Amino acid sequence: MKEAQEFVWMGAIPLQIHLHESEVTTVPPPPPALILAPRIGYLPLLLPLIKPYFSSTLPPGVDTVWFEYKGLPLKWYIPTGVLFDLLCAEPERPWNLTIHFRGYPSHLLIPCEGEDSVKWNFINSLKEADYIINGNCKNVMHMSQSDQLELWNSVVNANLEAFIRSSSKLKSGTIEDDYASKISWMVLGKVPVRLYVWNVSEDFGDMEDAPPIDSWDRISYVNRPLEIHREGKCFTLHDAIKTLLPELFGKKRKPSEGENDEQSFGSEEETKNNRMTEEGEGNISQPLETGSTADDDPEIKLLRIQGIEPKLETPISWVANHLRHPENFLHVCVYIKVPSAKSL
Amino acid sequence: AGNFQFPEIGSLHLIRCYPPASAQAFAEKWKLNNPAYPPWTWVKSLEVPIFATNQVEEGYLSLENVCIVKSNDDEVASCVEGEASLYDKEDEESTDSATLSGNDNVQPYYFDFHIIYSASFRVPVLYFRAYCSDGRSLGLNEIESVLPANSAKVLLESKWTFITQEEHPYLNRPWCKLHPCGSSDWMKLLFQAVEKVDRPAMELYLVSWFSVVGPVIGLGIPIQMLKEP
Repeated sequence: MKEAQEFVWMGAIPLQIHLHESEVTTVPPPPPALILAPRIGYLPLLLPLIKPYFSSTLPPGVDTVWFEYKGLPLKWYIPTGVLFDLLCAEPERPWNLTIHFRGYPSHLLIPCEGEDSVKWNFINSLKEADYIINGNCKNVMHMSQSDQLELWNSVVNANLEAFIRSSSKLKSGTIEDDYASKISWMVLGKVPVRLYVWNVSEDFGDMEDAPPIDSWDRISYVNRPLEIHREGKCFTLHDAIKTLLPELFGKKRKPSEGENDEQSFGSEEETKNNRMTEEGEGNISQPLETGSTADDDPEIKLLRIQGIEPKLETPISWVANHLRHPENFLHVCVYIKVPSAKSL
Repeated sequence: AGNFQFPEIGSLHLIRCYPPASAQAFAEKWKLNNPAYPPWTWVKSLEVPIFATNQVEEGYLSLENVCIVKSNDDEVASCVEGEASLYDKEDEESTDSATLSGNDNVQPYYFDFHIIYSASFRVPVLYFRAYCSDGRSLGLNEIESVLPANSAKVLLESKWTFITQEEHPYLNRPWCKLHPCGSSDWMKLLFQAVEKVDRPAMELYLVSWFSVVGPVIGLGIPIQMLKEP
C-alpha cells in the first residue's frame, strides 16, 4: 500500500511554461520556465517557482495569474496531473503551457487569490469526501487550524511522510498505524469520485490525432459518489464507470460477463423511476435478455487515473485505495465514444 | 407583463436524485402562491454533452430574470415581476418601474436562481448569479450589497448559510453558491416536526428547504406554500 502511495505522491509532470506574448515587454522575450510539477499539486502553487523567470519583463500592473493550454483557460482547482491526463490525449513531455499575469477571464474561471484559494478549495473537498464516506464532516471539522495547515503544507510540498503524520489526526484524535485501517471503508460503502468524461465524436486511430479540447463544455464533469453495495463480489473499475454513468450504460445491463442475475447497483426505487420515465420516452434501449453487452454500448477508448491506464477488470477497492488524491477523491479521466444511434 | 416564454421543458420529469415529485410539488405550489413571480421551470441538462445523447435524468430547477430593485438611498428593496421573455434581457417594456411610485433613483438587478441537487451532501443547493440591465455580471461583494436589507441581515446572522463563488455544476461558469454544510442537520430537524403531519414528509422537502434558504437571497416564501392544499 505504501509503495502505491509513494508512486502517486512522487508522480510529476515536466512543464515548459511560456509567458503569453501580449505580456512580454522585453526583447528578446524571456525563455520558458522549466518546472517539474507534482501530479497531486495545483498550478497556482507553482507561482513562486515561475515568477522569477518573468518578473522583469511583465507590464506594470497587479498580477492575476492564470494558465492556459492551447487556448483553453485551465481550472486551477483541478490537480495538475488530472489536467494533464485529461487534456493531453497523447502525453506531451514537456507539457507546454502558457501563463498569463494579466486579464483574468473572470467570466469563465472562479477567482484565485493565490495559495489561500487553493487551500480553501482543498479543505472543502476534504470535507466533502469526509461527508460522503462518514455521513458527516466531523473528522475534518474537529481538526485544529494548525493541524489543517500542517496537512495542507504536506500537500504543497508533496511530502508523503508529513502527510501520513498529519492525516492520522483526521481520525478523531486516535493515532492509528497507517492506512490499513482506512481500507475497510473503501471496500463497502461510498467512494468519493470525480469523473471527467470526454465524449469523442470522431474516430481516431492514434491518440496523437485526437482533436484538442477547445472548451470545457466538451467535458462532462460528474461529481457523484460511487456506491458499492455488495461485499465479496468483485466490483470492478468497469462496473464503477457504468454505475456512475447510468445514462450511457443503462442500469438494467449486466455489469460484466459472468456475473449472476441478482446483482444490481441501484436501489429499487431508482429502477422503478427508470421504468416510469421509460414509459414516457420511446428512445431508451431495451433491457437485454442475455448477459452480453450490446453493440451499441458506449466504448471506453481511454481511462486514466494518476497517469496510468488500469485494466478495467481491476477491483475498484484497490483503485480507490491506492490511486486517490490527498483529499480522498479518486479523479478519473475517461474518453468515451457514444455510438451515433443513441443520439436524440 | 404577459406571456412567459420558456425553453422547451414539457412536463417535469421524475428525478431520481430528488425525493419523488418534490420538485414538481414545489413548482406547482410556487406558481399557485406567487402569481407576481415567474414560475420555476425544470431544465434538463442538455448542455452536458454526455447526457444530451440519452435519456435525461439529470436536471435542475430554474428561476431566471427575477428583477430585484434596490434604490440608491438604501431603502428596503422590493421585488417586482420578472421579465416576460427568458432570452430577451433588454426588453424595456417589462421593467415595471412605474409601480415604484416615481422613485427615479432605482437600479434594477436581475437574478437567476438554480436549485441543483448535490449527490455528495444529498441536499438541494441554491446557485445564483446577478447582473445589471446592461448584462454585466455582479461580483460577490456587489451581490451582497444589492440583496434586500432584511435578507442581508438574515445572511449575517445565519449560522446555516454562507455564500461563496463556485463553478456551476453544469454550466462551466462562476456562480454564487449558498453552502449546504449544515443543511442536513436542519433538514433533519424539519422532518422531525413534519413527520407528525399527515401528509408525506417528502412532498414538503423542497418547500421546507426553500423556506429557510429563500429569505437569505431575498425570495420570501408565502405562508400558504407551507400549509396543506
